[in-house]
This record gives sequence, C-alpha cells and structure tokens, in this order.
Amino acid sequence: MPQISQFAESWYAASQIFWVLLTFGFVFFVIGRGMLPKIEATVDARDRKVADDLAAAKSAHAAADTLEESYRQQSDASRAAAQKAVTDAKDKAAKDAEKRLAKIDAELADKLSAAEADIAAARTSAMAEIESVAAEAASDLVAKLSGVKVGAMDAQAAVKAVLHG
Amino acid sequence: MADQGKVDPMHQFEVQKMFDMFHVGGHEVAFTTSAMWMIVAGLLLWIFMIGGMKRQLVPGRWQVAVEGFTGFISSMMNANIGPEGRKYTPYVFSLFMFILMLNLIGLAPLGLFGVHPFTVTSHFTITGFLAILSFAIVLIVGFWRHGLHFFSLFVPHGTPWWLLWLIPVIELVSFMVRPFSLALRLFVAMTAGHVLMKVFASFIIDGLAASPAIGLGVGIPSMALMVGISGLELLVAGIQAYVFALLTSLYLNDAINLH
Repeated sequence: MPQISQFAESWYAASQIFWVLLTFGFVFFVIGRGMLPKIEATVDARDRKVADDLAAAKSAHAAADTLEESYRQQSDASRAAAQKAVTDAKDKAAKDAEKRLAKIDAELADKLSAAEADIAAARTSAMAEIESVAAEAASDLVAKLSGVKVGAMDAQAAVKAVLHG
Repeated sequence: MADQGKVDPMHQFEVQKMFDMFHVGGHEVAFTTSAMWMIVAGLLLWIFMIGGMKRQLVPGRWQVAVEGFTGFISSMMNANIGPEGRKYTPYVFSLFMFILMLNLIGLAPLGLFGVHPFTVTSHFTITGFLAILSFAIVLIVGFWRHGLHFFSLFVPHGTPWWLLWLIPVIELVSFMVRPFSLALRLFVAMTAGHVLMKVFASFIIDGLAASPAIGLGVGIPSMALMVGISGLELLVAGIQAYVFALLTSLYLNDAINLH
C-alpha cells in the first residue's frame, strides 16, 4: 500500500502536508472566507426581500379588505339613506295627496250640499208651481165640464189634498 | 506497473514526484501529482464559486447550483449547532467542497484523455491533516469558550454517581478516537472503492489474456459490475464528503454548546 510504504520516504509527508496546507488554505481563505459570506448575504437578502414582499402583500390585502368593508358600509349607508329619502318622499306625497283629496272632498261636499239645496229649492218651487198649474188646470177642467166657476182658493185646496194624499 | 500485462490495483495510489522544490527542516518538499490535483481541485472549486458570485436577485442556473451547496452546508450548521454555527460555516463549507472535489476528480474518467487522475483523499496524510485540523478547532473552540469546564463533556447528563469512575473514561476514549475515525473513514472508503474498480478492470484484462471465451465470459459481467460500482463510487464520494462535514459540525456543536 503506497500510502504506508511511501511514508518512509522523507519527501512524502512533508510534500503532502505542505501542499494540503497551501491548497486548503486557499480554499478556506479565498472561497470559504471570501466568497461564501457574499453568497450567503445574497441568499439572505433574497429571503428578506421575499419575506418583506410577502408582508407588504399581506398588509395590502388587509388594507384592501378594510377598504372594501368601508366601501360596503358606505354603500349600505347610502342605500339606506336613499331608501329613507324615497319612503319620506312617498310619505310626503301620500300626505299631500291625502290633504288635497280631503280639501277637494270638502269642496265637493260643499258643492254637493249646495247643489242638493238648490235641487230641494227648485223642487219645492216646482212643486208649488205644479200645485198652482194643477189648480188652474183643475178649475179650467171643472169650468169646461160643468160650467161651474170654482174659486182659485178652492181649487188649490182640492189639488193639495189630492197631491199630498 | 508491477509486471507487464498485470494490473497492480495499488499502483494508482502512488504519489509521483514531478519536480523538487525546497527543503524544510531536513525534509524535501516536492511538487507531486497529489499537489497538482489538489491545485486543480482548488481552481475548479474557485471557478465553480465565481459562477455563484453574480449576486442576482433572481439567480441563473449556475448561481442556483452554488447557492444550493452553500445553503446545504448553512442549513446543516444551523440544524446541528444553531445560530452560533454560522461563524464556522466557512470552515465546514471549505472542508466539504474541497473533499467532494478531490473525491470526484479521483473518479473522473480522465484516463480517456491520457491523464491519470489521482485520488488525493485516498491518502491518510491528507485526511489525517484535515481530521486533526477539525479536531484542533474543536479543542480550541471548546477550551476558549468554556475553559476547564469543557471537561464536563466527558460526564453526560444523567450519569449516575456510582458510574462516575467509568463513564468519563469511556467518553474520553470515544472523544480521542474522533480524529482517527474521521481520517480513516474517508481514506478507507476512497481506497477500497478504487481498489475494487481496479480489481474488476484486471479481471477483464487477465480474462482476455487467457482466452477470448474466458475474456467474454468474465469480461462482460465484470464490465456490468464496474458500471454499477462507478455509480456507487460517485455516491460514496458525496456521502464521505458529507459525513466528514457533518461529523465536524457535530463535534463543533459539542465544543460550542457543551451538551
């Protein structure tokens, strides 16, 4: 086994140790101490950036949620306000209509009663006219049929008795 | 090669001297094949990591690959040690990537291009160095953070008083064995896998040398097995690098959090 047999040669161990010291020293100081921390820093920076971006995205998401919530509340509130305004307007319109109707009703009732009163007056006057006309007609009929002159008062009383039962 | 026409499965582990360099304390330091492949691994790793340095917010494919490796080790450190483990991530990451790269280079089919790859992690001088380094860091961190209180590591929670003479001894032995198990596990796994592949390869060559009938009868199943074992070895290359890094992080957890 050369690993053991060469150990006896004086140059072997010295050369091996010298060169491993030199090359491993290069690897340790240039690569391990020089390059590795920079690569690790890059990885750390990336990890931090990813974590930061994720946190920013999360907070933006939360902000969007609250914004949406407030928007929803606002729209609810404005919808409720609009509904209230509509019902108020409806109520007011209904009340106005009622008031106007009541007024018109009253006017109509007034007109009706006035008309009724007119009609009643007209009827009484018509009745009175009918009585006098009937009395005249009756006295004329009696005079033509029997030739008896009936007094206006008598004729009128007789007609009244027939008309009013 | 031992003999012409024979495959020596251990030859691949021989470190070849490429040229001499200088002397340190009576020992000669040479540029070797092992050194060359370690440098190649370091450079490949560096090039790989440069692809991850674009630092884009939305990463490309290469950057995702690099960040996958760094994230893998970072999350392992975080899971095993906690937030304090971040300080030690560069060391464990370097260890994991360096071992992984060396293991994979050893398996690269570079022989097709006339280059013979060498598995650096199949030598216990290398794995032992890395294991002792990890163990030393554990000791330094442990004593630095907890002082002599670090010795309470050898008395686990809930130890009955009448076992106090035995448990610390067992704990001490298991603690002291750590660097050896760490070094040997990687070295043995790499060596065994490569020996196995060379043995199967030698079956094909030896069979063909004997006769074409034997060569086909032995060679085809051997080749099929080698394909499977190559896949398995790729898995082992990753797992052994991971185990080395994982155990280092667990030992560091002992030193940092102390129970």
